[in-house]
Amino acid sequence: MSDVVEKTLTALPGLFESQTGAAKITNRLRQLIKSITELTSKHEEENLIKRELSAIKEQVSSPNTTMKQMREIMVRAMYCEMLGYDASFTYIHAIKLAQQGGVLEKRVGYLAVSLFLNEGHELLLLLVNTVLKDLQSTNLIEVCMALTVVAQVFPKDMIPAVLPLVEDKLSHPKEIIRRKAVLALYKFYLIAPNQVQHIHAKFCKALSDKDPGVMASSLHIYLQLIRESPDSYKDLTGSFVTILKQVLGGKLPVDFNYHSVPAPWLQIQLLRILSLLGKEDQSTSELMYEVLDESLRRAEMNHNITYAILYECVKAVYTIHPKAELLEKAARCIGNFVLSPKINLKYLGLKALTYVVQHDAKLALQHQMTIIECLDHSDFTIKRETLELLFRITNAQNVTVIVEKMLDFLRSCNDEHTIIHLIGKVAELAEKFAPDNSWFIQTMNDVFSIGGDLLQQDVPNNFLRLLAEGSESKEEDDQLRLYAVESYLTVLKGHTSHLPQCFLQVMSWVLGEYAHLQESVDRREVIRLLTQLLDQRSVSSETRVWILSALTKIPEGQTDLILDLAESLSSSQDTVLRQQAQELRHLSQDSQLREWVLPRGAPWDGIEVDSSLSFLDGFVSEALAAGAAPYKPPHQRQEELCEDRALNLEPYSFSLPVSLSSCSITDRQSPTLLSVSSGLSGNSAELSQKAGSSTLILEGVKRVWGKDGYLPQKEATAPPVDEPSAAVQPASQQEAAERIEPRPEPSTQNQDKQQLASSLFVGLGVGSSVSLLGKSEAPPPRFRKKPRPHESSSSSGTSKRSSDSSSHSSRNTTDSFLYGSFPEEEPATSISTFDHTPKSTTANGLSQNKDTKEDRHANTSQILGGDMVIVRPSTIQDKHPPSVSSDLTALLPADLKDLPHSDVISLTSDPSLSLSSCRLFRDEALLLVIFISNCTETVIKDVAVQLTCEELKTASLRGNVMDCLEARSTSVCHYALLMDDPHTNVSLTGTVSYQTQPGHTNTLPFSGTLSTADFIRPLVVTTEEYGKLWLSLSHDVKQNLKLLTDAGDPLRTTLNALKDALQLHVVDIIGSEGIVACRLLSGAPCLLHCRVNGAALAMWLRSPHPALPDFILYHCQRALAHH
Amino acid sequence: MIKAILIFNNHGKPRLSKFYEHYTEDTEQQIIRETFHLVSKRDENICNFLEGGLLIGGSENKLIYRHYATLYFVFCVDSSESELGILDLIQVFVETLDKCFENVCELDLIFHMDKVHNILAEMVMGGMVLETNMSEIITQAEAHNKMEKSETFIFQCPRQDR
Repeated sequence: MSDVVEKTLTALPGLFESQTGAAKITNRLRQLIKSITELTSKHEEENLIKRELSAIKEQVSSPNTTMKQMREIMVRAMYCEMLGYDASFTYIHAIKLAQQGGVLEKRVGYLAVSLFLNEGHELLLLLVNTVLKDLQSTNLIEVCMALTVVAQVFPKDMIPAVLPLVEDKLSHPKEIIRRKAVLALYKFYLIAPNQVQHIHAKFCKALSDKDPGVMASSLHIYLQLIRESPDSYKDLTGSFVTILKQVLGGKLPVDFNYHSVPAPWLQIQLLRILSLLGKEDQSTSELMYEVLDESLRRAEMNHNITYAILYECVKAVYTIHPKAELLEKAARCIGNFVLSPKINLKYLGLKALTYVVQHDAKLALQHQMTIIECLDHSDFTIKRETLELLFRITNAQNVTVIVEKMLDFLRSCNDEHTIIHLIGKVAELAEKFAPDNSWFIQTMNDVFSIGGDLLQQDVPNNFLRLLAEGSESKEEDDQLRLYAVESYLTVLKGHTSHLPQCFLQVMSWVLGEYAHLQESVDRREVIRLLTQLLDQRSVSSETRVWILSALTKIPEGQTDLILDLAESLSSSQDTVLRQQAQELRHLSQDSQLREWVLPRGAPWDGIEVDSSLSFLDGFVSEALAAGAAPYKPPHQRQEELCEDRALNLEPYSFSLPVSLSSCSITDRQSPTLLSVSSGLSGNSAELSQKAGSSTLILEGVKRVWGKDGYLPQKEATAPPVDEPSAAVQPASQQEAAERIEPRPEPSTQNQDKQQLASSLFVGLGVGSSVSLLGKSEAPPPRFRKKPRPHESSSSSGTSKRSSDSSSHSSRNTTDSFLYGSFPEEEPATSISTFDHTPKSTTANGLSQNKDTKEDRHANTSQILGGDMVIVRPSTIQDKHPPSVSSDLTALLPADLKDLPHSDVISLTSDPSLSLSSCRLFRDEALLLVIFISNCTETVIKDVAVQLTCEELKTASLRGNVMDCLEARSTSVCHYALLMDDPHTNVSLTGTVSYQTQPGHTNTLPFSGTLSTADFIRPLVVTTEEYGKLWLSLSHDVKQNLKLLTDAGDPLRTTLNALKDALQLHVVDIIGSEGIVACRLLSGAPCLLHCRVNGAALAMWLRSPHPALPDFILYHCQRALAHH
Repeated sequence: MIKAILIFNNHGKPRLSKFYEHYTEDTEQQIIRETFHLVSKRDENICNFLEGGLLIGGSENKLIYRHYATLYFVFCVDSSESELGILDLIQVFVETLDKCFENVCELDLIFHMDKVHNILAEMVMGGMVLETNMSEIITQAEAHNKMEKSETFIFQCPRQDR
């Protein structure tokens, strides 16, 4: 095989001359590739490809390009894309090729599509019809191509369109089609599981298909299904066992043999399925013992692929309910793997061991020498796997050696992924099995300096929590803390510029918190060390904040130093630092305040942070009373700015009376720059703890530990760290650990290994026949966490304390948390509705206190300034329409009569003509019907209506020009209006021109207003669809609204009132929650989630359109106020 | 499931890349570069499996590769695939290419990118192993080759069955 691809690029020139298939390779591609291979630099390649792409661009757009040429162009485009250049302009042509070409073109087209586009690409929609057509084709090749493309890229939403066709293919006479159809369905199952639920029976048919290939494909599906819910498929165990037996027995056609092994891939799949089925299920497992045994026996060691089967077999044996005889055989197999000279098999052997030691630690003992050899193996993958294995067998006796090994490996490793993965395990082991304090602290020092800022944040969090919470014994805790303080002071006295930020943060927190335990150390020294850090450039501003907050906690009587520091920082560029400096200054001057804000040794659970900032309520109400504008979220302010530019056509702004006494801060209104200091009292304990936990998020973590910068830094940290750890190690272990380096003398080397082995595998059941799992016999973990009252806060205990330091940096997270927490929160305070809408707030207290009746009246007859009409959104099916209009609506065209409509409103009139209008609510548009009535006894000629509105689109109009209007008659014209972008109110203006006498044209202007409410239509969805849609929408707004409490069921009453006013669709009402859906005509949906919250209705709106929720909210408020 | 199949030469030039999961254009290029970087520095006599690499190696994915003369064949798979099984699948793929191109070499992959993709599509469909039987794969591929040779014929009767 190796010489198969021997021909290399060096043979290129010759090949061009002698290419036998030269006719196939078109000149352009050949040229392109030839010139690319001749290039020497990346830059030249870029230029060449750019030229090539522009040439392609020209060719694709030329009308003379034939399909065949297009095919060739597509291959060139694919080549360019593969090299990483953007050829997106060819995408559409790829689709065209698949649509229009013959079979060959289709192939290239489909291939290009599947390489270029992803599932979410919008162009794919253009392909749906082609796929549908090809699925129905009688040409097998076309069907195959369609199935392939469907399995590779297909828009999720379009699955229902092709599903029936693909389903049909399951009973296609050709097995290749059936096979592909099965896989396509599997793909559908993966991306949209609920859409293929109904065809599970057909999967079953595929499993029993007479063609083994189809059956093999169906195993993909079953593997997935069984993984998800093994219990539902237990009854199939028998079938799978039978299939495996048949395969083993050579019942399949010889075609399926690979290196004379019958259908190995099929066997692997089956074994996996069986192990899933037999897991923790004795009776099912018993069914498969026999076949597993046979499988183990049959797989003679002769080829790679048999090892693959064996490996699966071994895993299965150890996964299912154990049977001694099988376990023994499997163990022997593992031995063969581990001892194999073939490196791939060794790797799998280690993997199998890692898997198996959980059940039987003895096996690791048997292979201890091999494991030790693997530790020093040149292969990175093998080493890593060995450490993984060692991690599994760690116990209190061997933890020091194993951790040492892991740290050694990590120091020489520069793969970020591996470091993150392993360092977490080291930290876990250290916490679990640490023999003593000093070792623990040293190891954690290593963890922090090696892992650096790659560390996942829970590692430092857990560590600090452990220090802070302590165990049952105060004395022990203090010793640990003391040791940490000592160790950190040593570290800080050395070079600190290379230390990762996260380590510095941990150190400064510990020093701030516990430096007082160490009496022999001068406080000034601690302050000096910490201040020194502040001067370093490499220290990030977040770390500075940690350091400053540590300094806030330390001083007692060192006011001069602190004041100097505060002074020097008070001119800092960073506002947060400046703020902290101020706090520092105040606190250091007022010891009483300090004692109160930062109580020493206070219990962790007692500190609560009021994340809703309710302690500011008084302040806010005062400010509001003094005339300050209520807080508005940024997007609303933006909206308002836009609104302000337009003319305000409403005579009085609508506004709700803002009652200050009852107002409280809703979650949207958290004042921005207030740091949530620790120690401030509050009432929402749970929230605060969650919020507190977010303060340890290491925002802006930089990868200081680049691949190059890593090692030199490493060496510098090592010395102070190594000394103490060596000192505390038991002598024999230390010796072994030291001697692990290969030595020249082979005999001593061997001895060393023996010694290492004894230290590594100590406690793994030596001399005992019972399987002794290291972990289970280990003494109880050294650092046992105190039982905590609320588990939810477990990770935040320490961070709360330090929240004063980092609250600013995580302010954003806290804020978003506040928003996110809205539905669970139960604020006790009553919430009044702030009118957030632009109109009302500009009024600034000038609320219009009209009572409802008056307003209703205004609906129909408020005519202002002769030609100005206010059209208020009114109840659509008003039960008592004014009598004047009732006869007008009778004039509506027959096809429109059935539509819901508003009252008829008089628009304008003069002695000869009067105009009225009526709104009809059609699903996809608003119909504005204008009635033109001739009030005179003479005929009016050439009547023409003109309507203009910038914000709306006119989809169609009818009847706006009339040659003549008979005396005392009324004509109807109507406009279909569309609203693309929501506006609160839209004003429209128009004119009617007419001639009472020939040659004398009168014009009559009119104007009116339409509200967004007129364009809202119910969106009929099921609760399930609602749920899905909800998650997909991005813009949301929350607000508390008035709840109509006059009826028995306030929620239902309120929702019905809204429904009547706004044409919403009430999807469901469950308990105190209701979900409502609507859309802007047939466009953007808006979902409303309403919850009864005390005396208010907490409304949460979501929509893909940024402004739509605000407008709907506005109209909801109005509707409820009118009620 | 197979997440991606990459072929590149000893210098890291991509010869074929097929992703069964969506990545952005830039990420794909980064994956190719990173994979080459990881694979190329490994000796010949160490194992063919590789974990790690932040992009594609995240969580439980692994790289399984084979090196033939000037080309690296790399499959990125998740934990549901058997390592040795995939290793042999690569072998099947290469042997199939060898049969189809009569002594395959790097140039064949360059010049017949579309054909290689089509052969691959007969083996792996949407990330799942479809066919491991070499003769069956070749039969399918041959059918298309024949079609290509008698292109004009096909245009006359596009309804032709295989």
